[in-house]
Amino acid sequence: MDTGLLIEKIVLIVLLFAVSLGVAAYLTLLERKVAAWMQDRIGPDRAGKWGLLQPLADGGKLFFKEDFIPANADRFLFIIGPGLAMGFAMMTSAVIPWGPNIQAFGRDIALQVADVNIGILYIMALSSVAVYGIMIGGWASNNKYSLFSAIRASSQMISYELAMGIAIITVVLMSGSLSLREIVDAQHGFWNDGYFTWNFFKQPIGFIVFFVCTVAELNRAPFDMAECESELITGHHTEYGSMKMGFFLFAEYVHLFIGSAVISALYFGGYNFPFMDYFSGNTLAILGVLAFFVKTGFFIFVIMWIRWTLPRFRYDQLMGLGWKKLIPISIVNMVITAVAVAFASGWFSTDKKDQTEPASAKMEVVADKQKLTLNQSTIKH
Amino acid sequence: MSSIEIIALALGALTIASALMVVLSMHPVRSVLYLILTFFLISANYVLLNAQFLAIVNIVVYAGAIMVLFLFVLMLLNLSKDNEPRASNIMKLAASLAAGALVIVLVAALKDAIYLPVVENVQGNSQGLVENLGQLLFTKYVLPFETSSVLFIAAMVGAVLLSKKEKQIID
Repeated sequence: MDTGLLIEKIVLIVLLFAVSLGVAAYLTLLERKVAAWMQDRIGPDRAGKWGLLQPLADGGKLFFKEDFIPANADRFLFIIGPGLAMGFAMMTSAVIPWGPNIQAFGRDIALQVADVNIGILYIMALSSVAVYGIMIGGWASNNKYSLFSAIRASSQMISYELAMGIAIITVVLMSGSLSLREIVDAQHGFWNDGYFTWNFFKQPIGFIVFFVCTVAELNRAPFDMAECESELITGHHTEYGSMKMGFFLFAEYVHLFIGSAVISALYFGGYNFPFMDYFSGNTLAILGVLAFFVKTGFFIFVIMWIRWTLPRFRYDQLMGLGWKKLIPISIVNMVITAVAVAFASGWFSTDKKDQTEPASAKMEVVADKQKLTLNQSTIKH
Repeated sequence: MSSIEIIALALGALTIASALMVVLSMHPVRSVLYLILTFFLISANYVLLNAQFLAIVNIVVYAGAIMVLFLFVLMLLNLSKDNEPRASNIMKLAASLAAGALVIVLVAALKDAIYLPVVENVQGNSQGLVENLGQLLFTKYVLPFETSSVLFIAAMVGAVLLSKKEKQIID
């Protein structure tokens, strides 16, 4: 085992944890500021300038509150519930490529913890198991509102995951890889061969489906049926107090951060930005990371904007939207994309020479990809 | 013993222990949670065998969807000691016989299994990767693959039909 690689990855993981938690802490402040802005209020401004110390004050308050476990709760599950919610939220960041490689200390450092060739499936898997935190916490509280919340969260997650998966398939069809690094690299730059390179411009319908599903999986308004204050008195964390409740809230903001990062990586080019070919080396890497964070911040803002604009769905409307609208739309979109990709690869060509066996079809896609990367490296825009 | 063998042994022991806890734990919800843990550990075993795709699909399908439904139903049923159906001795005997028969079949099937070292793969390191799996599924195993998809559609249509029928009766 290469010790340098090990140190590099450990530093990256610690950095990612710190960034995720720091961003999540300040998202609580941002949310209140955005809400205040939308409702023509000032928002928190007492702790520090512009309320910048507010997250620290909130965190400190949560730590010093009484840590209470209800008498009839399942003690062990009650304690691990918030931990699971937080753990799964933090794990998702491992496969996201945060920027181009950086040259430092004589090494070529990839700004990604694990470039697994199934990165996008890893994100799907974690977003589906993330609901266990809510389910276990809600059930272990031994409270009917919490149980309702747990059940709502799980059925909502299962319903929206299908449409989300099918929307992801279209992206995978476009870029020909399940690796997030390759999906992002396939959207290199901004403009190539007379069209935008970002998946958003190639897959607008897929993007809308994916975005709606992401908001639903994040349990954010208008899909926050799981913690619906007016019916379920905040649902799964009704019985929780002190930092255990804080973990649930924090996990939601970590999910918001990671979810926005996934949206910008899949559909908005990740760390690619217009005119990026004029830069190289570490300048490009730093600008790329900045571009990625700007896009992520934009989507965080849009999701907050939606929360403070739209009212909550009724539960049957939520299920109807998921099953009767999003899934058919994404299936039709997937079929059209598949046919278009097959057509572009020449599978429907009548010319005998172009008719390819399935085994050599893959070679052709690989050759196409090589040609594509060749084009990208030669054409500057 | 190399480090990978130690990891494989520890993982195997953990997997078997958590699978045993599924049947040994008294509370049904705890049982399901141990089953979820077992699925995660099986996925870890897959990763060790370099089958990343299988590992992640195992989590997506089993831990992520099917087990959520299991947990969902068990939480709604609210099973506890008081309203647990009492199993008679004959039932217990029948269950042990059935499980014992399954064990015999499994042991017989695994008796002839070939033991390969964990690290060495026949086709190099890329054996279980998604590209090769896709190639195999759409060339060598295309008929079984497509047939099983027809089977799944039939099951789905059947489920929809059953639920529709019930609704009409209620109306």
